[in-house]
Amino acid sequence: MLQINDLHASIDGKPILKGISLTVNAGEVHAVMGPNGSGKSTLAQVLAGHPAYEITGGEVIYNGENLLEMDAEVRAQNGVFLAFQYPVEIPGVSNAYFLRAAYNEIRKAKGLEEVDPMEFLDLVEEKLKLVDMDPSMLNRSVNSGFSGGEKKRNEILQMAVLQPMLSILDETDSGLDIDALRIVAEGVNALKRPDNAAIVVTHYQRLLNYIVPDYVHVLAGGRIIKSGDKSLALELEARGYDWVLETVA
Amino acid sequence: MTTGLRFAEQAVAASVADAPGSIKALRAEGAESFKTLGFPTTRNEDWHYTSVQSIATAQFTPAIDRAPSTGVTTESLAPYTFGADWPLVVFVNGRFSAELSTLAALPAGIRVLDMATASAQEAELLGKFLGTAAPANRDGFTALNAAFAGEGTFIHVAKEMVIEHPIHILHVMDAQAAGIMSHPRHVMVAERHAKASVVESYVSLADVSYFTNSVVEAFVEDGATLSVVRIQREARSAYHVGTVEARQGRDSHFLTFTFQTGAALSRSNVYTVLDGEGCGCTINGLYMLDGEQHGDHQTRVEHVKENCFSREAYKGLIDDRAHGVFNGKVYVHPEAQKTDGKQTNHTLLLSEKAQIDTKPQLEIFADDVKCTHGATVGRIDETSLFYLKSRGVGKVLAKQLLMYAFAADVLETIENPVIVEALEKLTVERFTGSSSH
Repeated sequence: MLQINDLHASIDGKPILKGISLTVNAGEVHAVMGPNGSGKSTLAQVLAGHPAYEITGGEVIYNGENLLEMDAEVRAQNGVFLAFQYPVEIPGVSNAYFLRAAYNEIRKAKGLEEVDPMEFLDLVEEKLKLVDMDPSMLNRSVNSGFSGGEKKRNEILQMAVLQPMLSILDETDSGLDIDALRIVAEGVNALKRPDNAAIVVTHYQRLLNYIVPDYVHVLAGGRIIKSGDKSLALELEARGYDWVLETVA
Repeated sequence: MTTGLRFAEQAVAASVADAPGSIKALRAEGAESFKTLGFPTTRNEDWHYTSVQSIATAQFTPAIDRAPSTGVTTESLAPYTFGADWPLVVFVNGRFSAELSTLAALPAGIRVLDMATASAQEAELLGKFLGTAAPANRDGFTALNAAFAGEGTFIHVAKEMVIEHPIHILHVMDAQAAGIMSHPRHVMVAERHAKASVVESYVSLADVSYFTNSVVEAFVEDGATLSVVRIQREARSAYHVGTVEARQGRDSHFLTFTFQTGAALSRSNVYTVLDGEGCGCTINGLYMLDGEQHGDHQTRVEHVKENCFSREAYKGLIDDRAHGVFNGKVYVHPEAQKTDGKQTNHTLLLSEKAQIDTKPQLEIFADDVKCTHGATVGRIDETSLFYLKSRGVGKVLAKQLLMYAFAADVLETIENPVIVEALEKLTVERFTGSSSH
């Protein structure tokens, strides 16, 4: 589904990603872990098409196409989804309107009919249960005045509605208490299918107790320095990032 | 004599024409004042960013000298009205139209009369108010409005009366409006503890060049509430100057909302005097300009007495080469202790050539007051844009959503949901290009 080959990216002329290679197949969950400043979030944002980053080398092939040539909205229309580390507040646009607009834009891109508001409401109400959100949240402005946990749940709600092929979760666990974490993780697990895949970016192993990865990659200094299975995450938790940095050096 | 000799000559001619007593007196004062004041120039601090040369050098026929247009029908007004049960006062090309207006169902105690009827039937009552909040010598445009007085509305809501539906004053221009100048003057009185709401809208059925110069005199007596929503959707080639002057009594509340999207050159003035303890005003607005439009807003709130509040929020979206101006003055007199004032002006510039001059001004001569003001000028937030795009929303729709979101919160400050909905629709149409203005 996704092949990242020797990807280099920089922001404001400063190199952040220095040669990342990673292959993600359908049905897989990959965890990307690493210390602060390692480039984890940059990788997530570059894959989603954030305009602030400049690609200075390498390629990303998504379902046989050059992902880096697509605008952010085209990537989303083709099934790429980024759950933001810091979901953006948009006062004045209701959650319901935003979700429907996104849903219909993606349907339009696929040549499908738009759905009307009533039809859409039925669909959303079902998804709301998945993340234990109150329907009243639909009438509030997007993320505006939401608590940290509500914002993250709202991200997973969007993911549930948009049904992406490749989900990238950027530190979705940060700032969540254990109950919120469990709700978010259960939501993600419920959306897992043999034909989709997820990249879970996290600083802590905690989330991986709930979303069990097939592969764990350690990112440091803009490169993947170690890959393994889920036991690598446990080892990192026990021994810290210094341990892996030392073993690689 | 400064500028506008032709206008002064026309004003003198109007002042000697036959008219009811109070109108004739106002015209004479107007003509005399305009001869002294002329049109303001950019050397005048209040007009620093707005040149009215294009008006001063043009030639217009007073609407009162033209025969009323007969081409406008109730059907052609339908897109501009709100509800069948709203009292409607229609002016076509600056002339009152009794046929298109619907004023029959008003209860006793609520008077809505056109100026000619008012000056004939309610001369004494009208005379107590006409020209007192906005005196003819106030400035050049107010003088000109006085000089050509004769059309307008007299709204009088007796004490403790509450009007059910807003009164809609609809100014409509058609193709025959080319080259006319219209000077409507609306006098609105909300007596003690009355509650009234007025919508004053300016629309056109054809893109012709004309000049509207309106004056509203609002009297909000003790404990009364008066809301005035001004919707300026003039033709793209038109000129519009609109002034609201209010006088407020104790514990009164005066609210205005100015929605400005039309005209080539537009100036909106909202002035109020908080002249009774515990009263307050809410002065909000939304302007959307594009092409070569120039839109100017000036507000002045005078805190004269203690314990008064003022709330002011203007927002604007400016595209292409359009130029916006905001100048908000809050003046706190020495005896106006415990004044609570808040003023904001936020503008989004949508193109490199779009321009805004924003100038909030606080002048405080009392020592125990709470006054804040703030102005921001920005562009569409790139992070928000990326967020929407990352959900599959295309760039054009994403921008429209963010522009609409920026405008929506100030629209929602309007109390009447029917007006909010209508203005939201106009706002969306403006952004999606499905309407000319």
